[in-house]
Amino acid sequence: MVTIEFLGPIQKEKISLEAATLNDVAQHLSKDAELRTWIDTCAVAVNDVMVMDLNTKLSSGDKVSLLPPVCGG
Amino acid sequence: MVELYEGAVPVEKVLARWYQEEAESNYGAFIPFVGTIREEDGISGLSFDIYEPILESWYDAWCQKAKQAGAIIKMAHSKGDVLLHESSYIAAVFSPKRRVALEMIDEFVEDFKASAPIWKYDLKDGKRIYAKDRSTKISGAGLLKISQ
Repeated sequence: MVTIEFLGPIQKEKISLEAATLNDVAQHLSKDAELRTWIDTCAVAVNDVMVMDLNTKLSSGDKVSLLPPVCGG
Repeated sequence: MVELYEGAVPVEKVLARWYQEEAESNYGAFIPFVGTIREEDGISGLSFDIYEPILESWYDAWCQKAKQAGAIIKMAHSKGDVLLHESSYIAAVFSPKRRVALEMIDEFVEDFKASAPIWKYDLKDGKRIYAKDRSTKISGAGLLKISQ
């Protein structure tokens, strides 16, 4: 199982699911109407490291984080 | 480590301490940037969420970059609510000569705005409203989008 957490303004509790790659996570989240507005604008981290490849492999216990648009300062 | 404060950053204390910390480090230039909450669109203040693990790794990468240029970076930021005319952010660069610090503070603050995992909310009419229109997508955003 991997854990998916939603950071900042995404008001959603973290979830756990079976996924071998980030592509599996994408497929799962695409079914969630509540997340549809966020997916296009979120960057992604695996175990707190930013990733750019949908084929990134995942292992049990990994943490996937969705980071919506930012504005510090 | 980024210095994080609940509420406003105590600007005078932080700047004085940073100045003292490097008083004998032989840096010829100390260039701070202070971000202060302005009255705008009827807000009573701003509020911030921070994801600390990625903020720290982003900041560490910048500290390494500064070191290679013979400079150092310091940064402080607020968590939670910051009211009008209080400050939520300080960044500073120390370098032997002014040019490195002047250029690095510009580049650092711009990258901070585009990449640091901090989310801003307007405090208005008793509500906390995500500042969506003023926010920037992090590089690589949209990775999980499935083409229809």
